[in-house]
Amino acid sequence: MGAAVFAFYLFALSTITGGLFTVLSRNPVHSVLWLILSFLSSAGLFILLGAEFVAMLMIIVYVGAVAVLFLFVVMMLDVDFASLKAEMAKYLPLGLLIVIVLLMELAMGLAVWVPSDGAKMVLGAPIPSDTHNTAALGLLIYDQYFLLFQLAGLILLVAMIGAIVLTLRHRKDVKRQDILTQIYRDPDEAISLIDLKPGQGL
Amino acid sequence: MITLEHYLTVAAMLFVIGIFGLFLNRKNVIILLMSIELMLLSVNINLVAFSSYMNDLVGQVFTLFVLTVAAAEAAIGLAILVSFFRIRGTIAVEDVNVMKG
Repeated sequence: MGAAVFAFYLFALSTITGGLFTVLSRNPVHSVLWLILSFLSSAGLFILLGAEFVAMLMIIVYVGAVAVLFLFVVMMLDVDFASLKAEMAKYLPLGLLIVIVLLMELAMGLAVWVPSDGAKMVLGAPIPSDTHNTAALGLLIYDQYFLLFQLAGLILLVAMIGAIVLTLRHRKDVKRQDILTQIYRDPDEAISLIDLKPGQGL
Repeated sequence: MITLEHYLTVAAMLFVIGIFGLFLNRKNVIILLMSIELMLLSVNINLVAFSSYMNDLVGQVFTLFVLTVAAAEAAIGLAILVSFFRIRGTIAVEDVNVMKG
């Protein structure tokens, strides 16, 4: 058994284990940590497939941003998770039934699936053998898929503005800096000169 | 020898686990969002596996876009969750239908 085969089975097993315990775990913080394991080992699978850029993006975006966001929200919200878990057993039989049916359907699809003969002829962009994965992807994204790339940026901008608008709140009981009143402050009115005689108070 | 079918099997199992999570944690919106992330991850594994074995780079470009949409969806979903929790003090799914018009 070669090192690549061993690595595949290791990463595949830890991806699926991570996914399973994300779903089954009683503590949501543990769920997020299992989710991180799943993301990291799928990044390993991507490296085995020769997609280094996607693997690195997986670690940066999913582990570095999305999973940390989940962790942040789980820890910030003071939720009684035990009561939410109480009815877990109620839906278990239905869930298992649907999962088994779906798994059988996917297995049947996988068993009879064969790529068509002309599939190799209609490639959108064959992987170049002399360029790195990242460089080849960059050439493709900034050339053929430039509009989609810009639209992806627009989606992220809309998501960012939406998230800020949804969670922003102005609290009345907090003193804030008002820059305009600071700017419009008139020194002549703010200071008054008083001629004070010696030995006298005000 | 690892073939395309090996990767497709891993992705199919991960997708089914994601659906299982939707049924198992019907009350907890945070775990529901994590299950959706798992399903999107399995789609990404499919895309990259096909891209690698069919020798076509376009699959990896699509993976980038799926990743973008998944990140945006997680951010918006969690923002809605936080503002909902501020108003209602709970994140149970069956209470969400008070928002219906």
